[in-house]
Amino acid sequence: MTVSDQAKVQRLPIAPGSGGDRHVVSRPSRMRGSAAPYILVAPFALLFVFLFLVPIVYAVAQSFGGVKRVGLLGQAQTTFVGLANYQGVLHDPAFWHGFLRVLEYGAVTIPIEIGFALVLALLVDSAVVRFRHAYRLAFFLPYAVPVVVATLMWSSLYEPDFSPLTITLHWLGLPAPDFLGPGTVLWSMANIALWIWIGYNMIIFYSALRAVPPEIYEAARIDGSSELSIAWRIKIPLIRPAITIAFLFAMIGTLQFFNEPAILSVVSSAIGTDYTPNYYAYNTAFSGRQYGYASAMSIVLALITTVLSFIVMRWSAHRARQAEAR
Amino acid sequence: MTRRSKMQTSFWTPGQLGAQLILLLSTIYFLLPLVWVTVSATKSNDDLFSTFGLWFSGNFALFSNIHRLFTYDGGIFTRWALNTLLYAGVGAAGATLFATMAGYALAKYRFVGSTAISAAVIGAVLVPVTALALPLFFLASRVHLVNTYWSVLLPSMVSPLGVYLARVYAQASVPDEMLEAARIDGSSELAIFFRISLRIMSPVVVTIFLFQFVAIWNNFFLPLVMLSDDGRYPLTLGLQTWNTTLATSGHVIYNLVVTGSFLSIVPLIAAFLFLQRYWRSGIASGGVVG
Repeated sequence: MTVSDQAKVQRLPIAPGSGGDRHVVSRPSRMRGSAAPYILVAPFALLFVFLFLVPIVYAVAQSFGGVKRVGLLGQAQTTFVGLANYQGVLHDPAFWHGFLRVLEYGAVTIPIEIGFALVLALLVDSAVVRFRHAYRLAFFLPYAVPVVVATLMWSSLYEPDFSPLTITLHWLGLPAPDFLGPGTVLWSMANIALWIWIGYNMIIFYSALRAVPPEIYEAARIDGSSELSIAWRIKIPLIRPAITIAFLFAMIGTLQFFNEPAILSVVSSAIGTDYTPNYYAYNTAFSGRQYGYASAMSIVLALITTVLSFIVMRWSAHRARQAEAR
Repeated sequence: MTRRSKMQTSFWTPGQLGAQLILLLSTIYFLLPLVWVTVSATKSNDDLFSTFGLWFSGNFALFSNIHRLFTYDGGIFTRWALNTLLYAGVGAAGATLFATMAGYALAKYRFVGSTAISAAVIGAVLVPVTALALPLFFLASRVHLVNTYWSVLLPSMVSPLGVYLARVYAQASVPDEMLEAARIDGSSELAIFFRISLRIMSPVVVTIFLFQFVAIWNNFFLPLVMLSDDGRYPLTLGLQTWNTTLATSGHVIYNLVVTGSFLSIVPLIAAFLFLQRYWRSGIASGGVVG
């Protein structure tokens, strides 16, 4: 056993910021005057500033500009337009329509994603199941598949003419849905996202469950509580931080929804250029060359995401305090 | 207790049967597209349309598909594969080194700006790569970096999650007493990091590398906005370009898209199977959502 083996990362906090600072095992050294920490931090800090902070600041600056065509050749010239782009975005029905679509999508998929992952984690964790290792692996494999490849594979399974799913349904005498139609394509994309992320969340929940000492629910088991009530009353509350962080990431990912619509738009005419806010911003920047307007859209979306994330974090902190008080 | 649970598993109550059924059906669901792509990679272009998608046709065409894949359009697939290795390999190596250095410094030293950096890192973990792609593109087009290798490689070297993981790991596993002892022996601070601490942190180094490697390998939005010359594309963008031409070209290279998809996931699945321990430890301490 080496030092590194003893310090299994499993003991570390589940959520970023959930105690990394408070659980400092050893006191940081006071190396006053030493340049070493600055040298160690410098490469990351420089890249972070120029490739993380500066782009955001630059996008904000750009969102106050508009493009004016001048001269006979119509050369583009950037002018200051104040808040005009933001006014445009706030009154742009296409942007809000896309936003509502993403909200609807999230309202359906996030509970399924978290719920399904939780059920699988609890089942694999429960004493009654065999082949734990194989199940874990099978559920986690989709995470290794790039979203482009996942979407390519599923779009072949959605194809109306030669999809094995359609053929099987016909063979069973059942009607096959048009997976890529206007009313269904959103849920066909939801399926791809769920396929990628359920297993990932399942592993997060499973790791959190394994970190709980079994003695905690052994007593309840001896008292005759059913596995179901142990799961509901003891296990789920214990892994609430992991559930909250999974919910937070799922919500942020949903608001930024881009990859699946961008890739599936090739095979489905139901996906317009303004299908989701992020896809709309991309198309505005590339096809429309309206960088200012696209920046304003990205920033409005980022602000909404920040506010919602903040609400989720406050709410979960509130719930945690309530649980402690009880 | 163990005897009791053994007894339980030998009798299949309705509840246990239900549990096994749910897990079995879920396994089929998660493996279905992977089975499809594996089976389909062995089929000729004609058989892809004329035979049932989830079973092999009589004609095993995997090797001729692979041959055509690597020779099509002047061997551009090889180019994409090498580009992906470059972006993911060099990008993840850089990100891992910088994140480990920074995380270690934040855990083991108190210096001007350390609290601010720690806070910024935690905030940045929540920012998804898709949200950053357009701002990065605007900036890159301003400094004339678009359509260069650097435009994809440099942003891939920033991993706030890696810094967070490294910091937490260093706090828990690098003992201060050992650093003090090394100082008394006359080692310089940087020598202590590179000769001693880095070795102790090697498990988290592997974890950070794996997560960043997969994140770059899977990234779609950033190369999509940055690159216009298909000679610089990674695999994902190249496959998507081929996919786009399918609708107009009447599916003549459909088998290449399928075989290319299959080959592009084989290395990642292999990495998963052989390095499971590192995935679990990374996920257990927070995890990422691409």
